[in-house]
Amino acid sequence: MDDDAIPEAGWIDAELRDELPGLGLRYLLVDRGSGRSPRSVKERLAQMSNRFSGPQAINLRHQPIPWAYRVFYRHIGLDPDDQPTPVEAVALERIKRGGFISQNRLDDALTISIIESGVALRAFDADRAQGRLGIRQTDDGEELEGRPGALPTGTLVIADEARPLALLFGATSAGRGVHPETKRTLLCAVQVEGVSDIAVEEAIWLASEVLRS
Amino acid sequence: MLEELIQIEAADSEPRAIEALDALLSGRGAEVDTLTGRRVRDDLRRQIALLERRLGELFASAFPRKGFDWTVGAVGGPRVLGIAELERVRDALAVRLRESQAELGRRGEAEEANRGLLESMITAPERHHWIRISNEDVGEPGCRHWHSRPRWGILGMLMGWWRVKLSSGCPLPEGLRPPE
Repeated sequence: MDDDAIPEAGWIDAELRDELPGLGLRYLLVDRGSGRSPRSVKERLAQMSNRFSGPQAINLRHQPIPWAYRVFYRHIGLDPDDQPTPVEAVALERIKRGGFISQNRLDDALTISIIESGVALRAFDADRAQGRLGIRQTDDGEELEGRPGALPTGTLVIADEARPLALLFGATSAGRGVHPETKRTLLCAVQVEGVSDIAVEEAIWLASEVLRS
Repeated sequence: MLEELIQIEAADSEPRAIEALDALLSGRGAEVDTLTGRRVRDDLRRQIALLERRLGELFASAFPRKGFDWTVGAVGGPRVLGIAELERVRDALAVRLRESQAELGRRGEAEEANRGLLESMITAPERHHWIRISNEDVGEPGCRHWHSRPRWGILGMLMGWWRVKLSSGCPLPEGLRPPE
């Protein structure tokens, strides 16, 4: 992957574009999987742990990007206090565990980027996705692999050109996420109204930089 | 940025009203319904955004007080919500906001009364026997407490030598250490 690669814009279902303006998907292919985090990444997490504590977590809701995600959660029928937004979920873990604990290179990259930018990021196995990614509503009888039963019609999903890969802000389809054998990763950012393009691009670059370190 | 977002949303709704009027005049009733429905949903989403912001402000103001219920409940998603569902979310947020404001107001009054009591206790401990006021009682973070007790035990009680003792604070932290 080129260091200056620009994240690609995913497609958004036409009806969704009208109904939820500002909703977007950006993704970048990184020629790496996960694995153990290098010492530099662990040190970075430790520094972040010192910088980020209770007061920062409490004030997250005042910041424009975390607020925008909370509002979007409400707009699509989710309760951000019941199912925290990505940045709040990471902040909650920091408070519960006393620090950002290193897990693996990908999770650490996502943690660093989500906390630094506030943008919702996730990753998929690039070799198990077909064509371009986007966001759409499910049709009748569509399923999420690994989950029993069909999804309710109209569920918002991140999908490739063949099937849903994950619920929007929810579970990933079985086998589509990154696993130890993954060679190439798709880093995806979900953009909502109130989150600028530059914030989304920065989030993806930051995660890809850590993933390639 | 929040104001910008709201202004942008407000500006967006204007051309839709004109589109709806054009459609109505040209006899396209179904299109009018669609445009009107969308406009109503946009308005509801804007109201939800404002309520969410106010609830966030209240959440920060309420810290470190405990015992507030901030959850509003999910209507089931992720999906595009209809007007009735958006109204439910908006109403639930409004109720939660009102309840939290009332609860915070009640606690604020109790804390103010406790601060007054603490001041008079510090000024005249002999008139406030055995009263114990914690940080939580005055709406402050931490585990400190003030306790009115006699100096030298029973002798102090008999002689009326009362004083206010201030505790040393929270116990030392336990659990996982942050990563090295």
